[in-house]
Amino acid sequence: MRRFSWFNATSLTIGFLFLYLPMVILIIYSFNESKLVTVWAGFSTKWYGELFQNQAFLDAAWVTVKVAVLSSTIASVLGTMAAYVLVRGGRFRGRTLFSGMIYAPLVMPEVITGLSLLLLFIGIGLDRGVLTIVLAHTTFSMCYVSVVVSSRLVSFDRSLEEAALDLGCSPFEAFRLVTLPIIAPAVISGWLLAFTLSLDDLVIASFTAGPSSTTLPIKIFSAVRLGVSPEINALSTIMISIVTVGVISASLLSKRALVRQKREERAAEQTAD
Amino acid sequence: MRRFTLIAVPYVWLLVLFLVPFIIVFKISLSDTALAIPPYTPTLDFSSGWEGIRNFFAGLDFENFKFLTTDDLYWKAYLSSLQIAAISTVLSLLVGYPIAYGMAQAPDEWRPTLMMLIILPFWTSFLIRVYSWMGILSNEGFLNQFLLWTGIISEPLLILNTNTAVYIGIVYTYLPFMILPIYAALEKLDISLLEAAEDLGCSRLTAFWLITIPLSKQGIIAGCFLVFIPALGEFVIPSLLGGSQTLMIGKVLFEEFFSNRDWPVASAVAVILLLILIIPIVLFQRNEQKQREAEG
Repeated sequence: MRRFSWFNATSLTIGFLFLYLPMVILIIYSFNESKLVTVWAGFSTKWYGELFQNQAFLDAAWVTVKVAVLSSTIASVLGTMAAYVLVRGGRFRGRTLFSGMIYAPLVMPEVITGLSLLLLFIGIGLDRGVLTIVLAHTTFSMCYVSVVVSSRLVSFDRSLEEAALDLGCSPFEAFRLVTLPIIAPAVISGWLLAFTLSLDDLVIASFTAGPSSTTLPIKIFSAVRLGVSPEINALSTIMISIVTVGVISASLLSKRALVRQKREERAAEQTAD
Repeated sequence: MRRFTLIAVPYVWLLVLFLVPFIIVFKISLSDTALAIPPYTPTLDFSSGWEGIRNFFAGLDFENFKFLTTDDLYWKAYLSSLQIAAISTVLSLLVGYPIAYGMAQAPDEWRPTLMMLIILPFWTSFLIRVYSWMGILSNEGFLNQFLLWTGIISEPLLILNTNTAVYIGIVYTYLPFMILPIYAALEKLDISLLEAAEDLGCSRLTAFWLITIPLSKQGIIAGCFLVFIPALGEFVIPSLLGGSQTLMIGKVLFEEFFSNRDWPVASAVAVILLLILIIPIVLFQRNEQKQREAEG
């Protein structure tokens, strides 16, 4: 008796307009000829051209990508280890503290995380630069990875691992041959999440970046503090398009994988019959 | 041995880069500002042995916390952050619930697409999403131009750089966090309960009020906390959309640190913010636990 009423249709329409209209307007105005961002003066791609001339933005983009790739890769390894310890590790001393440290960064205000890491780096005399941003980003994104991976670990059948162990696998082989392929999609989503979190982060990067390692969000933030700028509109449009293409293709790929898996399962059932 | 390494590596990482930094923040919040590098005293001096450690502890005090209570700016900033976070949470619920409800009522084949449309903004840069409102809300912005054109208003509304813009920004950026848990709760709702209520003479509205809302309570609570907790310490939204009279503690902390270079006071501000946050975080954990137990 599910009824999709007029009320539902209206609230969905208004809701999605609210979510998407600001970005659509931003994209449209990135093609505006005029420097005045609110007056439409005809179609032009000149802001994109100027963006690619701007060495400071290109440098910042390179730093950002470098930091994101490094930190999300380390975070995926550490986060998967942490998830495995939490779900399969059994009891050990300090387990409560460990799970507390995994969940706390998820709810911690970024200003506090950033401040505390900066004070640590200064305390141990580590110069601020790419390394310190990578350390900071790895620390908070490994917690997100571990949450994603542990939800997958909880849901999968442990007897598969036990069967591998019974058949003579070492624990490491069992992990590599059985567990890892099963949790791989979760590790990949965790990596993607960590990557976007790192690309996105302004506050923690502001605390932990040095003068020579400005990231793109820091650059964007200092530019837009003074007001709307057409170059930033162009940059935002590029970033929005990359994300949109990425998310849509990822969801199509996972849908296809799901369909294939269902088909294989059905085929397996039929041969079993 | 392998098990030990497996536990030790992430454990030590988090100890060094999460727990130790907090202890440092706490310690510096008890120190005094000084014209030195680093700009606070006392610093731990191991070279003079026990004497140094004793001097170190003798130099710690609660001066900064006392200072926070004497200066209006800070407690006003805490109160106004709480208020802004609370108002934005209620607004997000009012906007988010109908959307989540509409998604739950929608035909099955639409759902993956609707779900993706809700999650997609979450993957887009937070900073860009906040920034996109600057062009819309400004005096000669899109919204004012539109309203002037329709003739609803005769003079541009002042929205950008006010608290209203901050509410809009928070609702906009955190809306997916409100929608997803409510949708998850509504999706599991047993429709036969509603049918039974209507058979027994309830109107659709009464049935909604007596059955749908109470059964989605867990989702509502989870969504509210997921908006309230990050909104409380928000920095980007008040700095870009708020005005000079918008006081939020995340912004105060940032400025105390970078503009005033007063590290001990910034640390004390952080410690208090953390203490304030512990209450909603513990309540949120309880709610999640209750939900897990209910699901068995």
